[in-house]
Amino acid sequence: MKNYATIVLANQEISPSIFRMRILAPGFAAAAQPGQFVMLRPALALPTMLRRPFGVFRTGCLPPECDGLPPREYMEILYKVVGQGTKILSELHQGDRIELLGPLGRGFDLGPPGQEKILVGGGIGLVPLFMLGEALVAQGSRVRLLMGGRTRDDILAVTEFERSGVETYVSTDDGSLGEAGFVTKVLERKLSKYPQAEVFACGPTPMLTAVAAICAARQVNLQVSLEAHMACGVGACLGCVVKGAGHSESTPRYLCTCKAGPVFQASDLDWGKATAEAAINCGGGCK
Amino acid sequence: MNSIRPSLAVEVAGLKLKNPVMPASGTFGYGEEYAPYLDLNRLGAIVTKGLSRNPKAGNPTPRIAETTSGMLNAIGLQNVGIDAFIAGKVPYYRGLQTPVIANFFGNTLEEYGEVARKLNDVPEVTAVELNISCPNVKQGGIVFGTEASAASQVVTLVRQALNKPLIVKLTPNVTDITVIARAVEEAGADAISCINTITGMAIDVRTRKPKIANRTGGLSGPAIRPVAVRMTHQVVQAVKIPVIGIGGITCAEDALEFLIVGAKAVQVGTANFIDPQAMLAIIAGLEQFLVAEGLSDINQVIGSLKI
Ligand SMILES: Cc1cc2nc3c(=O)[nH]c(=O)nc-3n(C[C@H](O)[C@H](O)[C@H](O)COP(=O)(O)OP(=O)(O)OC[C@H]3O[C@@H](n4cnc5c(N)ncnc54)[C@H](O)[C@@H]3O)c2cc1C
Ligand SMILES: Cc1cc2nc3c(=O)[nH]c(=O)nc-3n(C[C@H](O)[C@H](O)[C@H](O)COP(=O)(O)O)c2cc1C
Ligand code: FES
Repeated sequence: MKNYATIVLANQEISPSIFRMRILAPGFAAAAQPGQFVMLRPALALPTMLRRPFGVFRTGCLPPECDGLPPREYMEILYKVVGQGTKILSELHQGDRIELLGPLGRGFDLGPPGQEKILVGGGIGLVPLFMLGEALVAQGSRVRLLMGGRTRDDILAVTEFERSGVETYVSTDDGSLGEAGFVTKVLERKLSKYPQAEVFACGPTPMLTAVAAICAARQVNLQVSLEAHMACGVGACLGCVVKGAGHSESTPRYLCTCKAGPVFQASDLDWGKATAEAAINCGGGCK
Repeated sequence: MNSIRPSLAVEVAGLKLKNPVMPASGTFGYGEEYAPYLDLNRLGAIVTKGLSRNPKAGNPTPRIAETTSGMLNAIGLQNVGIDAFIAGKVPYYRGLQTPVIANFFGNTLEEYGEVARKLNDVPEVTAVELNISCPNVKQGGIVFGTEASAASQVVTLVRQALNKPLIVKLTPNVTDITVIARAVEEAGADAISCINTITGMAIDVRTRKPKIANRTGGLSGPAIRPVAVRMTHQVVQAVKIPVIGIGGITCAEDALEFLIVGAKAVQVGTANFIDPQAMLAIIAGLEQFLVAEGLSDINQVIGSLKI
């Protein structure tokens, strides 16, 4: 006997609910005795159970094509494979079924129109900034997007952002694309030039902490989009909380990321004692 | 073909339910959170998040982690507190045509008694579910529901304070659940619900840290269903009061397992996170099962276990 890691060659319904499956199995015939059996299991990863949260990147509509189907609206996510759930997602094919709950949560507050707006995106944190940029441009604001990443591979959809009418400024930790260094360095420079700007940020926690420290020091209004482990996404399980401003051991104050967020006013959150030093020490690297 | 729809109605602790399916406490918020996704009136009942005398902030994060066919949670019973519940959440229940069951807990006997008395004066709350899976902080942190005498004491006290149907929810983290079940029946419970989550632990091998900040958490979801069915079966055998089965139910067939071993109703928890409409599919599936089996009433299935 042999343990085969193999493939299905055919799998056909030959009669209602009766299937005939053909499986690739070199050397099997020579070893098989009449009356023997096999043990089978699909070689899929155990499907994950809970849904995974992803930001809405953009939406759109497919025009009626030659196939004659009516126009079809769609939404897009941009995601990074980091574990089992995202791996399974990455293996889906056209036509495979998927379940989508949303749109959920509280998004960005655009603020007054006609203002300087600075968007800071670290790595995959760029995702929610696309529709934000579009909306801010539409309301007549000047939008600058600072895109940060560790390497050039983290800098996504630049042309798409530019086409939407935002100005892009790229920086990478290793200098493989755009300016070398942390995105927070670019932010400091822009804020020196446009001290009245409003800032919107999404990215890894160290980056957000550094951005929060910079904006707090300059008394600039900041909104951040956060990530948290989620089970329900609708405010029912209370698994996704973050510490709110004024949180302490004795007077805990937890906010639901899925319901009160994922976008928060930075001033509503507890950034911990590290905030002040973060900008200097870690520079907000997109680690 | 019989065109009369089979009846899903059941009676538990004097409560007439239009069907035996309700959410499990803590997985459905206060009900309102899921209203955009399903008509709450189609449920057998609504069960609230666990309430306490004072608001409770809950545990540090991360609070949840997915495990194979299940999840661990250590939410820490975060809730708005009984007064804010009555003022802020209860008004929403006025328009509903389904019973509301308030789940509550305490850290001392006094707290249990106080919450029970407050719930007496809330007509929108039809019945209460007593969570006794909490440590008694005045008695060295022994969990009320793990010792027959402590369980009996708290149920006796709440029974005296309360003028509504009383469901007592049991913890599975005991040596013999039938001992606790009999103790709470004797102390005056009108029904028993079981099981609460099973204590578990999961480790992030890279960081060597527990996956949830509280170190241990409660395991729920399909992974616990066989344990839950076994315990429901044992409890049904041990007591005369009705039993509500809970644990890992995701579809009608899962729910039927509990009904067949004798549960009068079921609660659905983790499955709500996977599919907010899971309970509606379960209700529809139960009806289909009755039709397919040529049965007219769900009560013909309840306790139909063949051994
Ligand atoms: C509001 C929101 C928006 C997001 N938008 C995006 C996006 O646009 N693109 C993208 O690539 N990722 C995004 N994420 C992160 C994404 O949800 C996680 O990378 C994903 O859940 C990982 O799942 P996994 O099974 O592959 O990883 P595993 O590490 O195997 O997951 C284990 C568990 O941890 C949870 N988890 C792990 N990492 C995260 C995380 N960073 N945030 C939340 N839960 C996590 C998973 O949901 C799962 O329950 C977002 C998260 C949130 C909360
Ligand atoms: C996130 C979460 C929160 C819970 N909170 C409570 C609670 O407040 N009170 C309670 O009695 N049970 C609570 N439970 C336990 C559930 O009500 C239920 O007993 C358990 O999850 C098993 O059912 P399931 O496998 O269908 O989820 C909670 C479970 C989860 C997953
Ligand atoms: S994910 Fe459940 S409350 Fe936010």
